[in-house]
Amino acid sequence: MKTAVVVFPGSNCDRDLAVALEEVTGTKPAMVWHGESELPAGLGLIALPGGFSYGDYLRSGAMAARSPVMRAVVEAANKGTPVLGVCNGFQVLTEAGLLPGALMRNAGLNFVCRDVALKVENAQSLFTSRYDAGETIRIPVAHHDGNYFADADTLDRIEGEGRVAFRYAESVNGSARQIAGVLNDAGNVLGMMPHPERKIEAAHGGGDGRRLFEGLLELVA
Amino acid sequence: MKLRIYVTLKPGVLDPQGKAIHKALDGLGFSGVNDVRAGKLIEMDVADGTDDAAIGDMCRKLIANTVIENFRIEKVAA
Repeated sequence: MKTAVVVFPGSNCDRDLAVALEEVTGTKPAMVWHGESELPAGLGLIALPGGFSYGDYLRSGAMAARSPVMRAVVEAANKGTPVLGVCNGFQVLTEAGLLPGALMRNAGLNFVCRDVALKVENAQSLFTSRYDAGETIRIPVAHHDGNYFADADTLDRIEGEGRVAFRYAESVNGSARQIAGVLNDAGNVLGMMPHPERKIEAAHGGGDGRRLFEGLLELVA
Repeated sequence: MKLRIYVTLKPGVLDPQGKAIHKALDGLGFSGVNDVRAGKLIEMDVADGTDDAAIGDMCRKLIANTVIENFRIEKVAA
């Protein structure tokens, strides 16, 4: 499976994602700079990494969402290419309008950096087929702006449509209804605050993140 | 033409920053502060005659995230 990692100025988890993707797919991902207007053809996944793109100016992810490469990402997403946004990547996806809601400052105001327990809500998506519905997994978070917000109607709708992929199984950042990861309506775009690329082998303390990439590989390749 | 664009959180959206400011004011001994909400002020200088629709577009497309924020445009007299 061919993959690409988009690199914004201020991204800092792009190489972690690249290592995880190479490990699972056996192929080095293309690293695509934010100023590019085109993506490589035939991608099985476009990944938007964590970090502090554009120094979090204006709002987290706001500037990155308007960068040239994002026009190509939105176009690819609308054609069905799988897109994964992790942490800052999730913020970018909401700012770009590919996912509903917004990510606000953590309710406790602290930067939260630790392993958290997540409940898998939807185990039938492109990204979550290697998990069991209702299973509790452990994946690290590292963010300041992970407090998911959407109005009540939107929350009801995405819950009703099975678009909440993961929920925090503990108190983390004040997210509405403990939402940690959200799918778009077509199911090919996932945004999540936890970092699956940081849990891909035993040395990381487990492989709960690896299963996300493995499931995708199985369904896309 | 000079503009001041006030970006504020919508009512009902939790504002942890405002709450922290509120707590700090309480801590300094100021009494009677009922609530604090923090927002942003963006000052812009645009070509004379830039129409209101274009300015509104700038706000909706970038300056404010209308999922969580409202904006108010003020034209500053020269």
